[in-house]
Amino acid sequence: MSASLTEASNAPRKKERFQIKNKYKLFLMAFPFLVLGFIFSYLPLFGWVYAFYDFRPGIPLSKSEFIGFHWFTAMFSNEVQRDEMIRVLRNTFAISSLGILTSVLPVIFAILLTEVRNSKFKRMVQTLTTLPNFISWVLVYSFAFMLFSVDNGFLNNLLMSLGLIDTPTNILASSNNTWLAMTLWGVWKGLGWGAIMYIAAITGIDPELYEAAKVDGASRFHQIWHVTVPGIIPTFFVLLILSIANFINNGMEQYFVFANAMNMANIEVLDLYVYNVGFTGSNFGFATAVSIMKSIVSLFLLFLANGLSKAVRGETII
Amino acid sequence: MAIREKFSLFDVINYIVLTLITVACFFPFYYLFINTISNNDLSSKGLVMFYPKDIQFSNYVHVFKIPGLVQAAVVSVGRTVIGTLVTVAASGLLGFLFTKQEMWGRRFWYRFLVVTMYFNAGLIPWYLIMRDLGMINNFMAYILPAIVSPFFIILVKTYVESTPIALQESAQMDGAGYFTIFLKIVMPLITPILATIAIFSAVGQWNQFYDTLFLMTDQKLFSLQFILWRYLNEATSVAEIMKQSGGAMRVDASMMPTATSIRTTVTMIVVIPILMVYPFFQRFFVKGIMIGAVKG
Repeated sequence: MSASLTEASNAPRKKERFQIKNKYKLFLMAFPFLVLGFIFSYLPLFGWVYAFYDFRPGIPLSKSEFIGFHWFTAMFSNEVQRDEMIRVLRNTFAISSLGILTSVLPVIFAILLTEVRNSKFKRMVQTLTTLPNFISWVLVYSFAFMLFSVDNGFLNNLLMSLGLIDTPTNILASSNNTWLAMTLWGVWKGLGWGAIMYIAAITGIDPELYEAAKVDGASRFHQIWHVTVPGIIPTFFVLLILSIANFINNGMEQYFVFANAMNMANIEVLDLYVYNVGFTGSNFGFATAVSIMKSIVSLFLLFLANGLSKAVRGETII
Repeated sequence: MAIREKFSLFDVINYIVLTLITVACFFPFYYLFINTISNNDLSSKGLVMFYPKDIQFSNYVHVFKIPGLVQAAVVSVGRTVIGTLVTVAASGLLGFLFTKQEMWGRRFWYRFLVVTMYFNAGLIPWYLIMRDLGMINNFMAYILPAIVSPFFIILVKTYVESTPIALQESAQMDGAGYFTIFLKIVMPLITPILATIAIFSAVGQWNQFYDTLFLMTDQKLFSLQFILWRYLNEATSVAEIMKQSGGAMRVDASMMPTATSIRTTVTMIVVIPILMVYPFFQRFFVKGIMIGAVKG
């Protein structure tokens, strides 16, 4: 065998070995992070076993009684519990539905903003309206407290100094219009942020479409209705589908900070309910069972939204 | 281009509507701020409504004398700085690694992490596992869970894929290892997306509240968000502070800390860092959410 032949047959093998080595080297580099992902995202799933035990904090799981699906049936087993679940689900559905209804507001805001020609004004409006998105719900609650509190709140002070009311009203600790109030705070926080996507979509519309519409004698409103709106419908649709997938995941923080004894009946969404039952009521098993049901329903909603997206847009979201 | 149309009635209404929305968004920030720099006596009587009265800055000095507040600020700054650094480093490296076709089980491991965005074990199982991992009253509870963030990994991966591969290949020819390629070649190319992630991550860490609520009972580990929440809810804890600071200082009524002054000033202390970095990060986040809109 000549030297050149040996070399030629060796080269690919060497390269192959090199690649095998790289294959695992890359994996090993990612490995510590995969472990972290497993620990903090997958490991808690094993905690689902608590839903099948009569577990109380302080007593180890091994000493707890296995009770099968007791907590799952308990959700609807008696009148009182059933009413409570219905109340919580009603709050969840109402607040989520209002959230979906108000999701057109960022669209309108984006359209109004892009109609502004003064770029300085435009930038100032965008900067100041996006700001609330970056503060936590605790801070939002602090603002709400200072503005609407019964004790030295801005609104009460203003109305009193104008002589419109005699005694301050406690707006925050009121059971009226809780759903609406929560939705409005959501709008306050998310309006400017939500509009960013739409503004980008509007900027992406071909200017020739506007020129053509103008040539055809279309008014400002006609241009908005026939050019701008169709241009942002696809973006709106994607976000709408995503909100369907998150219909029962309101999150907890907003409702947790705004909750008080007066409004609890109307503010308690599923996520807050899990907290109240689990931490305040120390019923870990039942709270976990509710979490599991919630996960199953939201997985179903995710696939539903995904199927919907596929059918209408021909594209999946996950 | 045609000459622009004249200023119509629509424009007038539009400017008014947008101005009102902007005022509604910004007024709470302004209202709290003017109350922190006004005469505390007037402020606590609700007399500071639209502009500051008797401007003074003593509240910002007094508030740092509140026991635990400096410690909470250290915790908040610490978790924000450390958390952001490790999250950005890990997201950058992982996003890069997942662009390498030759990685063993690449598609599987990528999905393994990405899919975690769509499920959640729930509050109680999460709490019990965190407890079993020794995360109760442990500063690491603020850092470790944030290191692997699927959304950020998607952002980096998408971004790396849009950069030219030729540079990486030529470095590989020269015998550079993956880590060297990442540090020397890829990192400089992806700084815009890393900056975006840093901002999202920093704001997220700074604003995080519930991990303190559930996991921390040791006062040394309380964050600013958490103690603010307590001042808003527990009238007793505020009264305690007022008694302590009032007894020690004996200042006149205009500077005397009140429940209102403590709450508003602590709120401003939490808000001001966000306001200060906001103008710088504004240009990044638009880019961030636009890339994020493209699925991974």
